Amino acid sequence: MDNEQLNSPGYDIPDELKNVVSITTLDRLYNWGRRSSVWPLMFGLACCAIEMIAAQASRYDMARFGMEVMRPTPRQADMMLVSGTVTKKMVPLIVRLYNQMPEPKYVVAMGACASGGGPFKEGYNVVAGIDKFLPVDVYIPGCPPTPQALIHGMIKLQEKIDKESLSKVRWYDRKKEDSVYIPVPVLGPDLMDPRRFAEIKAIAAAKEG
Amino acid sequence: MATPVTTATLDLAARFPGAVSADARPGYKGWIVEKDKLIEVSTAIRDEFGYDHLTAVTGVDYLPEGKMEVVYHAFKTTGGPVLTFKVQVPRVDPVEVPSVTPVWPGAEFQEREAWDLLGIKFTNHPDLRRILLWEGFEGHPLRKDWKEAFYEEDAKPFKSRWPEGKHVMAEEKNPFKDNINFPKDFDPEQWVPEGEAALYGALARYQVQEGSLKTDHIVINMGPQHPSTHGVFRAAVTVDGETVVSLKPVMGYLHRNHDKIGERNTFLQNMPFTDRLDYFNSMSNNFGYAVAVEKLMNIQVAERAEYIRVIMAELSRIQNHLVFIGMLGNDLGMMYTPALYAFEERELILDIFEAVAGSRMMCNYYRFGGVVRDLPEGVLEKIKGLVFERLPGKADELDRMLTENEVFVARMKGIKVINAEDAIRYSITGPVLRAAGVPYDIRRADPYSIYDRFDFDIPTRPNGDLMDNYLLRLDEIRQSLRILQQAIKQIPEGPVMTGKPQYQVRVPAGESYGRVESPKGELAFYVVSNGKPNPFRYHVRPASFVNITALEKMCVGTKIADFIAILGVIDIVLGELDR
Repeated sequence: MDNEQLNSPGYDIPDELKNVVSITTLDRLYNWGRRSSVWPLMFGLACCAIEMIAAQASRYDMARFGMEVMRPTPRQADMMLVSGTVTKKMVPLIVRLYNQMPEPKYVVAMGACASGGGPFKEGYNVVAGIDKFLPVDVYIPGCPPTPQALIHGMIKLQEKIDKESLSKVRWYDRKKEDSVYIPVPVLGPDLMDPRRFAEIKAIAAAKEG
Repeated sequence: MATPVTTATLDLAARFPGAVSADARPGYKGWIVEKDKLIEVSTAIRDEFGYDHLTAVTGVDYLPEGKMEVVYHAFKTTGGPVLTFKVQVPRVDPVEVPSVTPVWPGAEFQEREAWDLLGIKFTNHPDLRRILLWEGFEGHPLRKDWKEAFYEEDAKPFKSRWPEGKHVMAEEKNPFKDNINFPKDFDPEQWVPEGEAALYGALARYQVQEGSLKTDHIVINMGPQHPSTHGVFRAAVTVDGETVVSLKPVMGYLHRNHDKIGERNTFLQNMPFTDRLDYFNSMSNNFGYAVAVEKLMNIQVAERAEYIRVIMAELSRIQNHLVFIGMLGNDLGMMYTPALYAFEERELILDIFEAVAGSRMMCNYYRFGGVVRDLPEGVLEKIKGLVFERLPGKADELDRMLTENEVFVARMKGIKVINAEDAIRYSITGPVLRAAGVPYDIRRADPYSIYDRFDFDIPTRPNGDLMDNYLLRLDEIRQSLRILQQAIKQIPEGPVMTGKPQYQVRVPAGESYGRVESPKGELAFYVVSNGKPNPFRYHVRPASFVNITALEKMCVGTKIADFIAILGVIDIVLGELDR
């Protein structure tokens, strides 16, 4: 329902209440609150973090979109901006930070590395994209994305939040207790994802040599 | 100012008959030292010949010859050319070389790196653990017979891309369908992680003093996600109350395998990768790599390009120091205000980079023999406006705003970072060394490019405290402006590239060590070529990584809050530190 229809309920509104009361849906109110105060987790991984700082600073000023409050603790953050190359040594910590963030939470993969490994994909210590572990909401291309691109990505995230519905979002689903707990990867001879232990064992056994 | 010392003919072979011989391979220079005599020869190099500054230690795996080589590059802090010496050992495990940390403590982390990546064991090393990877990692990745999970071929361009032109996802070729690899019959359920026992074991132990209060030390773990660690740096700190008793930096959280990827790439393909080392100063990184490869190729750089290079490198230094001052404010609790002033000016400099190179941060602008394209119309005017009018005033403005700010002074004055003697022993370079009173700047001590044509001073500060480190950055901004003003007046017209632009350059066999004064200190590239289109060995000697070797030395005895400020003035950047 758009605003026009909502505000024309089909019966007379007394004059003294006109322009005082606004009628909306709960979804819309909830989404408006969420989208206007997306607080990112304050952590930078690599080069992209510098453009993230530049987007917060004088010329670009991300505060215009309600996203300037960077929280250093995951307990107060809504959004994880994965700003740079995710390495195997770092990914257990990123997953732990993600698990510590309260829901609702969003993940934005900023730049080529976080989206898919980028120029360093072939490296032995590089995870080819954070989406191997975390559910990503918005991908921002670029190496690094300019502040304009970052802000555009943030606006896309706001549009995504606008379309959410309380009855459908995963964090109010009663059937699942902890809908997005990600098991923390383990550092072994190489990076081990606990969800794939059986598979790794089977392939290693079948390996030649 | 340091006067360049006339180097007497240095003949190590005559001084140590039988123990040292000249490196006779074509394209190589320096001396080959017998393994058993290394400490004796090193001590003489430091004490008799005056090479007090060991800047780089790294290894090369000569698989075809069945040898491992450890390469040392030493300099004099009074200026002059490099002294290279090497130790060769057979490539049979365990590969053992004596550690030179008793002579030059600054080698500590670089030796750890050589152990981690090449598996060279340094005997008598005080704390030989893996540094960039984790304990338990399978193998030593920079060995020539070690292959990564996404291994395709030894050298680019890969045949699947060209000439065949059929691209297959790297995941498809790997049995695990991901960037992972495990030994045969590996069972993840049975794996016991090594954990961090070795790290915490390396911290100083607490001992109860006779007759004192029964207190206890606390181990604090800072980072890698911490707002004051400038990225994913981590430190394990033992504190007694608020005083730091022991500290161990932990790094590698941004280890992007620069060296390994660099050895697969062609020479020119490495240029954009150098951008991502010290991501504040891609222009300076390009400069260092170009200098190293040009030395090897033995080509002249076009005259106009030399000036453009200097202009870009100095602009880069200015914006780096501006951000440094802003971020130092953040670290000291002056949240955001100085940083906003700094970023305002930085954006103007980035506009120039974007105009000349097409990208704000990752410029990829230098080429062997010149730069990729000439300055677009109007850019020189813009630079002129910045360096003659806007930036001098803005530097003064920052100076007025911060230098006499009472809180700033109270936090910074008298907090010692390091003294001159220790700074040299620990191989520190760049502003931290100069703030300790040593007038050592590669632009003057071992001039590269055209820095010998400009009139500028090497600023130093006498005390080596936090305040001096901050003031030195302001001095350097002003000196860079001086260089820029001269360069803009002198810049000639002409081509910006020697010869034709080439996709594949020919690099003769040999080794080269090219170094520049990056805003963080000495940035050097050690490149070994065997005449093929790809470097045989490609090693980066980053300033941040070596400067951090002395972090424990700097911090022990200070308060934990000062540790943040000390880390701030070293001005680390993780892309360069972890590579």
